[in-house]
Amino acid sequence: MLTQIAYALPFLAQGFALTLWVSLLVVVFSLIAGVIMGVGLVYGPVPLQWAVRIFSDTIRGIPILVLIFFVYYGLPAVGLHLPSFWAAVLALTLFKTAQVVEYLRGAVGSIPKGQSEAAKAIGLTFRQRLAYVIFPQAFRRFLPPWINGVTDAVKGSALVSLLGITDLMQAINQVIGRTYEAMPLYILGALIYFAVNYALSLASRRLERRFSFIRD
Amino acid sequence: MGYALNFNLIWRHFDKLWGGLLLSLELAVISIAIGIVIGLVLAVWYVSAGRVVRTIIAAYVEFIRNVPLILLVYLVFYGLPTVVDIAYSAPTSFVATLSLYSGAYLVEVFRSGLEAVPRGQLDAGKAIGLTPWQRLLNVRLPTMLRITLPALSNTFISLFKDTSVASVISVPELTYGAQWINFNTFRIVEVYLVVTAMYLVTGYALLFALRLVERRFRAAR
Repeated sequence: MLTQIAYALPFLAQGFALTLWVSLLVVVFSLIAGVIMGVGLVYGPVPLQWAVRIFSDTIRGIPILVLIFFVYYGLPAVGLHLPSFWAAVLALTLFKTAQVVEYLRGAVGSIPKGQSEAAKAIGLTFRQRLAYVIFPQAFRRFLPPWINGVTDAVKGSALVSLLGITDLMQAINQVIGRTYEAMPLYILGALIYFAVNYALSLASRRLERRFSFIRD
Repeated sequence: MGYALNFNLIWRHFDKLWGGLLLSLELAVISIAIGIVIGLVLAVWYVSAGRVVRTIIAAYVEFIRNVPLILLVYLVFYGLPTVVDIAYSAPTSFVATLSLYSGAYLVEVFRSGLEAVPRGQLDAGKAIGLTPWQRLLNVRLPTMLRITLPALSNTFISLFKDTSVASVISVPELTYGAQWINFNTFRIVEVYLVVTAMYLVTGYALLFALRLVERRFRAAR
């Protein structure tokens, strides 16, 4: 049993690398898209606010799995042919973007109104107010839940195995298909996911404590 | 583009989706019921236990929370029967998984709820001569449940969405129904539009109903 698993380790490592790669892409893309849309939600004109609100509530209202299938099977049907890897990244990014929008809204919303008014009173432009007053303070509120939310991207990435992408989850299933050692391999897989995600949630908790001097 | 929407085939097979939705709700309801029991027992135990028990409960919670649900579903359905002599149907196996899963989230919810019960209430209970058991049942738990109701309804709604993962072990819930129609009729965009709407309407209807319940039982502050 152990020799079989040891033999499979390089293959599992490749799968793990793909899991990390998918997660990283999703985290980066969703951070950019989410911050832009979040600013639109908080400061944008009303139609834009509505558009972002509908986007976020819709995405967060359906299972990620449905979103993944919708993007993966739906896009080719309307004539958009993405490789399955990018379809998976796109679907997970949509899901994660909606989360980032909410983190940003929460963080910016927690900054007292007086800050923004004071910044306006001393004549800062909108961009200056965001860059020098709002964002530096909101950042401390945004960072802990955001880091904790990265675990959702890592966990969600396991669903891309259903599209035939050889991530860690799929690699484990394939090794089980050859060796029939189901339990040891699932536990090994669980421990790998656990190690990554637990490290992230510990970091998040530590940062939260570090920033806890800010009062409500 | 040139994709003409045609919902006829969806309506012809709508029983698959409707039955799937009902099964999804059933899975979520049974799992949260068991999850609440797990969560309550472990949370009450946690706050009164020594270090060893606390570590074990915390390990269970952290393990479940940091591993993808799909892996837990595979582990319980394909993995567990290879080492323990048990046999169960896919829905039973999924309910077991989702119960353990929700239990882990609810331990955290209930634990923080227990800590949020004002100290004075417990002292008052002691002062009027309630036994520790009475203080737990009549003072601590009712107050804690009121405090945790919003978190409880959020957990329930996310469990309802998580039931979609049951499709990977061929439990015929809503997402499985969607895939069946997807593969058998190729009305891909239509079926996922309908299923998205079904998840959204059900999810928000549940949210609305649960918010009404919360308002009724809101903890007096």
